[in-house]
Parts: sequence; structure tokens; C-alpha cells
Amino acid sequence: MDSKEYIASGILELYVAGALSEQENEQVHAMMQQYPEVKQEVLSIEAAIVGLTAATDHRKTTIPFSSIQEKLQLSENDTKETPVIPIKPKPSLFSYVGWAAAIVFAAGLVFTMMLKNDVESQIEIVRAEREALKEQIYQANSDLTAANELLNVLRTKDIISVPLGGQAVSPDSYAKVYWDKSANNVYLDLQGLPVPPPGKVYQVWSLKLDPLTPTSLGVIEDFTTDTDKVFDLQNVNESEAFGITLEPAGGSESPTMEQLYTLGVVASNP
Amino acid sequence: MELEILIEQFQNKDAKAFESLYEMYNESIFGVINTIVKNDDIAAEVLQDVFIKAWNKSDAYTAKKGRFFTWLLNIARNAAIDKVRSKSFKNAQQNQDIDFFVHSIESNDNLEQKINAIGIKKYIGKLAEKCKQLIDLIYFKGFTQKETAETLEIPLGTVKTRNRNCISELRKALEV
Repeated sequence: MDSKEYIASGILELYVAGALSEQENEQVHAMMQQYPEVKQEVLSIEAAIVGLTAATDHRKTTIPFSSIQEKLQLSENDTKETPVIPIKPKPSLFSYVGWAAAIVFAAGLVFTMMLKNDVESQIEIVRAEREALKEQIYQANSDLTAANELLNVLRTKDIISVPLGGQAVSPDSYAKVYWDKSANNVYLDLQGLPVPPPGKVYQVWSLKLDPLTPTSLGVIEDFTTDTDKVFDLQNVNESEAFGITLEPAGGSESPTMEQLYTLGVVASNP
Repeated sequence: MELEILIEQFQNKDAKAFESLYEMYNESIFGVINTIVKNDDIAAEVLQDVFIKAWNKSDAYTAKKGRFFTWLLNIARNAAIDKVRSKSFKNAQQNQDIDFFVHSIESNDNLEQKINAIGIKKYIGKLAEKCKQLIDLIYFKGFTQKETAETLEIPLGTVKTRNRNCISELRKALEV
């Protein structure tokens, strides 16, 4: 990330607030060392926050520094603590053992700390993964609900299933119509149709055979974006057959028979 | 650069450097403490404790961990929160009308003596509600980015970008 993006991310404002994690603080510090403009930005933000917080101080007079000095018993000239002269005891075997033990202990402590930091960052990662998985489960659950709903519809006793076969213009195409007569609904499974070229849409027709009278049931607008390619349309007609044609966007008044992709007749005795 | 030298001298127990830092930050620190304890006398007491603690624990500060001002802010918030939770506080507590840093600034009669007073009052006057909440949590209450996101029920990244927008308005007002 370059320094401009870094500044624009808003991380520096949180840095001044102390709202970041220890690792992030160290990262910002490193960026400040590397990029003078990052450092300058931090100084400006800090000045703004110092100004803002200072404006909430409504006292007429502040507490003089001397009162704190008194409490600490500092004198004006007190710049350094008096150095303490260390007393050197005679080294004994016992003290060496003591030091050795201390070093081992310290090393153990450092190791434990490193382990702890490591575990902490692992926990962070696992947490993020868990969130992602939750999201996936949620997604999968809603997909499953949709699939179950569909399955329930298809299993309804009175549903009429009509297979549509490929026609001259596209012999490999196929489709299925599930007609729920009592609810005046048709469900179309269009998995077996090719993606329509740009500017074209599929239009679904209900047909009477003698004489041949097509009635449009509707246009499939969102064919490409729909993932399961299952659509539902209203059908109040006494259909004897169903056909699907390729039409210019928006659909046509009557079917373009040269572009008839699939056709299927409703079994005469449902 | 000068600030870094001051801090170093302060850590070497230089009383003069300590005084300079006190002058730089005591109003800010008082303001933050008072936003939490909401009582001038108690805030004054906590303020002194904070600077005494900073002096005694000056070794604990390193630039790697963050800004010196931020370090002071942390000590101050913790001390103020401890105070609010203490028993003595509950007895002495007065109900003053400063729920918010916003009210402190708007009702601040002594602000006129300070630099940029007009700018900051103007800024506060037209500050969006979203910004007020964010600034209160992040700068005065010391919430982390995560806690802020959870409290306001907004995504983590939004905390960052929204807060930057709020602060950039402040910087315009203060010309920094």
C-alpha cells in the first residue's frame, strides 16, 4: 500500500485515538519512519485532537504545574535522580546458580510470551474464518430453503409435467414445464437452453393446437443472471402445448416460428 | 523533532521537560477526564494523579507503542473510569449537565481566550450526529475500532473512513 492510500484509509486517526491493536500501532510507527508524509499527517491529526479535547476544558484557571511538582517533591534543578552506588557482594557459587536459574526463567518467560502472541494471532485468523463460514452456512441454508420449496411444488399431486424437445434451430435444447393448473402457475426449468445472444430473450408461449393459437406467457428477462434457471409464470390458459422462442428484447406479439427452440405437447389425459 | 527530545528528557526525569509537556496537554487531558467523571473537582484530582503516574511510569512509554499524547490519554481514561467505578465517587457525584463533549464545548465560556475558538465552536455546531457518536466513543471514551463498530452496528472499515471524514472537517476548522 502506498502512503497516500494508507493516509486515506483513516488508520492514522484511530492511531492517535489509541483505538488500534498493538500490532497495528507498530505498523503505523514503521510507516511514519518510512514516509515523512505519514508522519506529518499523524502530527496534524494529533494537533486537531489536542485542540478538540482542550476545547472541552471549561476551567477559568488550570492547575499550576507547581502543585504537581509539590506532590512529587521535585525541585527546579532536579534533572536526574541521584545515582545509587551499587554494593558489590562477593560472588559465590550460590549466586551463579541463582543467575543461571534467573536466565532460564527469563528465557522461559520470553518463549511463553512469543507463544502467546502467536496463539493470539491464530485466534484472530480463526475468528475471521469462522465469520466467513457462518456467512457461507447462511447462504447455503437459504439456497436449501429455496430448493426445498421448489421440490415441494414439483411433488404436488396435480402438477402436470410437460417435457419440451429441441426443434430445428437448436436440436440439443430441451426444457421442462411444470403446470400447476389449480394455481394457474407454470414453473419452467430452462437448464437445457443456451444463453441467449445479446439483445435477445426467450419468450414462453401457451399453444392451442386446432387451430394453432399462441398466447404469450411472458418473457424471461433475467435468464443469464439466474443461477438455477428455474422461472415461474402465470398461465390461465387451457394450454395444449408449450413452446419457447427466441425474440428481440422485450418480446414479440406473435412467436417467430423460425426461432422456435423447444416445443412440447401436454399429454391429452392428465 | 522537538517533541521527541522533550519526551526523552522527561523520561530522564527532567522536571523542565515535564512542565512543558504538562502545559501542552493538561487542558486536553482535563477535558477528557471531565467528560467521563463530569465533576470539576474530581477531574482536577484525577488530572494530577494522571501526570504523577506518567512521571513515575515514564519508562513504560516507547514511541513504538504509539504517540505520547495517546499514552497520556489512555492513562487518563483508565484513571477516570476507575474513579467513576470507585465507591467514593458515587457519594460525591453531582449531576452536571455535560453528557457529552459537545455540550462541554458549546457551553464553554472560557473558550474565547483560546486559539481557534471560533473555528471549533462552528465545527461543533454543524457536526453530524454520526460524527458526534464516533468522536465521543473513539477519542473520549477510548473505545477500540472493534468496540466502536459493535456499539454503532457498522462495519469495521466504516469506522475508519467515517471517522476520517469527521476529523478532516475538524482539521479544516482548526487549520491543521
